[in-house]
Amino acid sequence: MIDFLNAFVALSNFVLIPAISYGAQLALGALGVTLIYGILRFSNFAHGDTMAFGAMCTILVTWLFQSWGISFGPLPTALLAMPFGILATMGLVLFTDRYVYKFYREQKAKPVILVIVSLGVMFILNGLVRFIIGPNDQRFSDGERFIISVREFKALTGLKEGLAFKTTQGITIVTAVIVVIALFWFLNRTRTGKSMRAYSDNEDLALLSGINPERVVMVTWLIVAALATIAGTLYGLDKSFKPFIFLQLLLPVFAAAIVGGLGSPLGAIAGGFTIAFSEVMITYAWKKVATYVVPESWAPDTLVQLLSTDYKFAVSFVILIIVLLFRPTGLFAGKSV
Amino acid sequence: MKKLLMATAATALMTGSAIAGGHGKEVKIGVILGFTGPLESITPAMGAGAEMAMAEVTASGMLLDAAKVISVRADSTCIDAGAATSAAERLVTADKVDAIMGADCSGVTGAILANVARANGVVMISPSATSPGLSTAEDDGLFFRTAPSDARQGVIITNILQDRGVESVALTYTNNDYGKGLADAFQASFEAAGGTVTISAAHEDGKADYSAEVGALASAGGEVLVVAGYVDQGGSGVIRAAIDTGAFETFYVPDGMVGSKLNENFGAELNGSYGAYPGTDSIGSAKFVELAEAAGFDGTGAFSPESYDAAALIMLAMQAADSKDSADFKDHVMDVANAPGVEIFPGELAKGLELLKAGTAIDYVGASAVELIGAGESAGNYQEIEFKDGVYSTIGYR
Repeated sequence: MIDFLNAFVALSNFVLIPAISYGAQLALGALGVTLIYGILRFSNFAHGDTMAFGAMCTILVTWLFQSWGISFGPLPTALLAMPFGILATMGLVLFTDRYVYKFYREQKAKPVILVIVSLGVMFILNGLVRFIIGPNDQRFSDGERFIISVREFKALTGLKEGLAFKTTQGITIVTAVIVVIALFWFLNRTRTGKSMRAYSDNEDLALLSGINPERVVMVTWLIVAALATIAGTLYGLDKSFKPFIFLQLLLPVFAAAIVGGLGSPLGAIAGGFTIAFSEVMITYAWKKVATYVVPESWAPDTLVQLLSTDYKFAVSFVILIIVLLFRPTGLFAGKSV
Repeated sequence: MKKLLMATAATALMTGSAIAGGHGKEVKIGVILGFTGPLESITPAMGAGAEMAMAEVTASGMLLDAAKVISVRADSTCIDAGAATSAAERLVTADKVDAIMGADCSGVTGAILANVARANGVVMISPSATSPGLSTAEDDGLFFRTAPSDARQGVIITNILQDRGVESVALTYTNNDYGKGLADAFQASFEAAGGTVTISAAHEDGKADYSAEVGALASAGGEVLVVAGYVDQGGSGVIRAAIDTGAFETFYVPDGMVGSKLNENFGAELNGSYGAYPGTDSIGSAKFVELAEAAGFDGTGAFSPESYDAAALIMLAMQAADSKDSADFKDHVMDVANAPGVEIFPGELAKGLELLKAGTAIDYVGASAVELIGAGESAGNYQEIEFKDGVYSTIGYR
């Protein structure tokens, strides 16, 4: 029995908790991508760098607060700074929409042209972020590091395996749940949310029923900016902030959105967790867990690792290809790509 | 028109012979380092170190009938083998250097050795190429280095771990030539000594999250985690994730990981961990720092002492052979570098040259306690460090 507990704790420590918090971060990112796809009908490649921009603004405000001596008790100061980061990012996306995307929207440009335009925006944003904050790692987390640390857990339970639950992982999960509930309430219960869904389902019909398209687009961008900043800041808090990371993050985020079904918010969340769990579980070496669970004579000599951790990103690619081949609309029947 | 051509040709010939005439009084040493590229922040101090030795010898007037030593710089770029080869080719064929001090990075050093040094029979001494592959490269006896091979560090790590009674370790390395070379060298040496490496896994630099890598390392287990990475890069990330998840408590940090950044990043969390990086308690290094300060550059810069020693060895070997021809003096490099003989420290090159002229043997110690072993590479001196109360300090030399 103790062996099973040890196995479960080891599994939670190295697989479940990291995968859940990573999945929450991916889901928040994928929600932004999927909303843009649903309303504006193009894949926004600049989303990763919007996340970087939002996280950067939050970091700058966090540093300002820290220099003023403002803190948030055991929680990271970045949570206090996040609203300011969100406001700055909202300003940025409205600016790019007004001066870049609007031009192409009025011309009724094809989605593929908008995708390329967003690629251009991505490069400019990437340069901007590196120009302002530099290409290096930035540390901005403070407050308590752990909700429960390995040493405390071992002392508490007397188990051989330890379990660490970082404050940032806890915050990530709680924030993601709150944000998702708020988003779904907004989309399903408010007038603006309903008009957004109507616009997404059938543009012409929505226009005929008197929905103002510019307003829908603006609200979408505002929500996306908030989601991107929250996702970027949580990822930066939990892992580390480095401008290039967000470019790499684009692949799993898109994979999550497409696996779930582009345009489907529920799918984005399912997709985020699917990708995160696959990445972590396929590259995890199961030797430790297996040694606890199976009888001693069966204990494995090898690492029992399906793929080396070098191939982590390949996992998202493979899932992406499988889904596109066999279920192009994604798990939750979004729009076909 | 014909006359003009004749005149030009004649002038060219005359200039050529004029240079040739003065050549006997001159020794040219090519200094090829990555003045641009990833090492551009440390190469200026390296070049200055080598040139300080040359200036010292010129001022002494003792080398080969008061020859003047001239430095010719070229850019190795550190990463572009093609550019480095053509720069070295220019040094040898156009500038007619008598020897090469360089190159810096292992990859370009190998390329220059194979394509330029061997083809033209020119001695080259690298101050900083540490790849084990260069120990076995075909060199016709022309190649030396004042930096130790990473294979040597593998042995040092094994010794330190075994002295502490560690029998099984997990190993992670940064996925490039340095990391892979060091990891392989260490694993071979540790296993030969009876230890077990439970896993040898690469990590990529520049990631935000190393929990997956650490998960695999933790699953394999081991008493100590050896992190052959960079302190500013993935190495610190791996240690962070390993501490957070409680996967490992004790770490071994090789040369790329030792830096004040470790104290900043981890502090007391690393208490009990240990490592080693190149360094010596020889009085030569202190003397070199003084000399460098007087000359107006930073003598504590990485590989700056080794550069001084590389240039000094070239000139001392020339003096011992009484010739600036590579074919003659290549056999004397090991002699002047190693015992027996009178010990020569930085700033005493004139004394060394004088002794050699008188036929007395010398043992060049220099700024980095040079001792050439094997195929002509530095034995290397490492200082062992240990973390205590949140900072690391040197506890001994090996």
